[in-house]
Amino acid sequence: MMDYDKIVSPVVSALPPSGIRKFFDIVAEMEDAISLGVGEPDFTTPWAIREAGIYSLEKGQTHYTANAGLMELREEICNYNERKYGVTYNPKSEVLVTVGGSEAIDLLIRSIISAGDEVLIPEPCFVCYKPCTIMAGGVAVPIETKEEDEFRLLPEQLKAKITDKTKLLILPYPNNPTGGVMSKADMEAIAEVLRGTDIMVLSDEIYGELRYGDEKHIPFSAFEGMRERTIVVNGFSKTFAMTGWRLGYALGPEKIIKLMTKVHQYGIMSAPTTAQFAAIEALKSCDNDVEEMRREYNYRRRYIVDGFRAMGLSCFEPLGAFYVFPCIKSTGMTSEEFCQNLLQEEKVAVVPGNAFGESGEGFIRCSYAYSIENIQEALKRIERFVKKHSK
Amino acid sequence: MEEILNILDKEKGSVSRAKIAQMLGMEEKEVADKIKKMEKENIIVGYNTVVNWDKTDKEVVTALIELRITPQRGEGFDKVAERIYKYPQVKSLYLMSGAYDLAVTIEGKSMKEVALFVAQKLAPMDSIISTATHFVLKKYKEEGIVFEDDEKDTRQVITL
Repeated sequence: MMDYDKIVSPVVSALPPSGIRKFFDIVAEMEDAISLGVGEPDFTTPWAIREAGIYSLEKGQTHYTANAGLMELREEICNYNERKYGVTYNPKSEVLVTVGGSEAIDLLIRSIISAGDEVLIPEPCFVCYKPCTIMAGGVAVPIETKEEDEFRLLPEQLKAKITDKTKLLILPYPNNPTGGVMSKADMEAIAEVLRGTDIMVLSDEIYGELRYGDEKHIPFSAFEGMRERTIVVNGFSKTFAMTGWRLGYALGPEKIIKLMTKVHQYGIMSAPTTAQFAAIEALKSCDNDVEEMRREYNYRRRYIVDGFRAMGLSCFEPLGAFYVFPCIKSTGMTSEEFCQNLLQEEKVAVVPGNAFGESGEGFIRCSYAYSIENIQEALKRIERFVKKHSK
Repeated sequence: MEEILNILDKEKGSVSRAKIAQMLGMEEKEVADKIKKMEKENIIVGYNTVVNWDKTDKEVVTALIELRITPQRGEGFDKVAERIYKYPQVKSLYLMSGAYDLAVTIEGKSMKEVALFVAQKLAPMDSIISTATHFVLKKYKEEGIVFEDDEKDTRQVITL
């Protein structure tokens, strides 16, 4: 008999399973449960994009691409970023096409983090930064963001956590799970703290196109002095409703992109070819589809925020992504208790806030990547639940 | 205003004022007033329901008819168009560019009824030069709505 406990890596073995996963394994077995749990668009990929993928298959484009991705795609990525945000990158040396934004995150962390290096992670946040850091031998240093600050990262919070071991700051805005965003002024304040340091920044801008309100998204690399220290991670999943195609990209300084490409080439070779051809079409011709989806999300966003406030929960107004993060402390339950009881009593699945870091305790994440009818029914049930348990 | 129209257009009017207000972050009264105003100004011309008659017992036959017309002095196509659209059988009427002038959609109980309508009412009109009748065999999509759409939520459990 093999003793697997002696064989497995203690580091990997000790990684906690994701709190979301744990919770939704229960949901999967429950009939007629309705969900506000899923963190991906409900829209199907726009037809023009799907057709471009199909067409590439018909033409027999079934081979690997260059390690860094199809040149034409890299050029279109650069065109898109220049057209949308006014930032310029060299398609030959400053772009890497990856398997989703999440691969780019892993690549960057593995490329620059060694034993003992500290990575600053504003929480609550997407679940992968911390495990990636730990697997690279680094030390994850959480920075608690707060509801009263609309879950923004404040410059003094950042300053307080910087040590001489700080190597990397994660900037996950617009934010999953809170829906929080950083304004231009907020970002400038963070840039000011970083100027003159050697700290690198991983700006996870996967939800960048899903911003509501007056301000548009600005890549962190557009701020003075930030380009040389910033890797922008972006992708097609959220913007173009292409989650299953698994395609993202990283933009950054040549030296870093080169390192990341090296790791990528040994682990992945190249991102899926069909997805790359489809993505070219997405960047070229789908601005209207994106705008249409954004508009629809915005309707739902207002609707769901209004719904939570109407039932007496405090819910700050999220201006990005497709999540709301209402506070459930008034029920006296922990996030996990709330979610488990809600599922048992009303058959509604939402995600406990503490799955995204300790500072998410007392909150729940609700996705509004669902039809208005689905949201309406879920709100009705949650309201009944909250009324019953409010103290 | 455009936002209200977008929602009404998508929901084919079957959405309450209160819900629109919530979706747009407005007061219900404000929404109701704006809609009333747009109805008055004929910006909102009407509300319709898209029915798949094939799933009912009622027999409905639809045909598209191309009409070529001699425009009348001083009236253009409007006068003859009016004579056509006043028939309740006419579901839509467009003035077209290209090979023919008016596109008429007719609904009737049977092919015979539709054909007779064309032969007896449309063809004899003075300014009509020719008609071409095309019967609809199957409707896939109407008013932006796909008829046989059973899109289910197939998203799986994933960590993110």
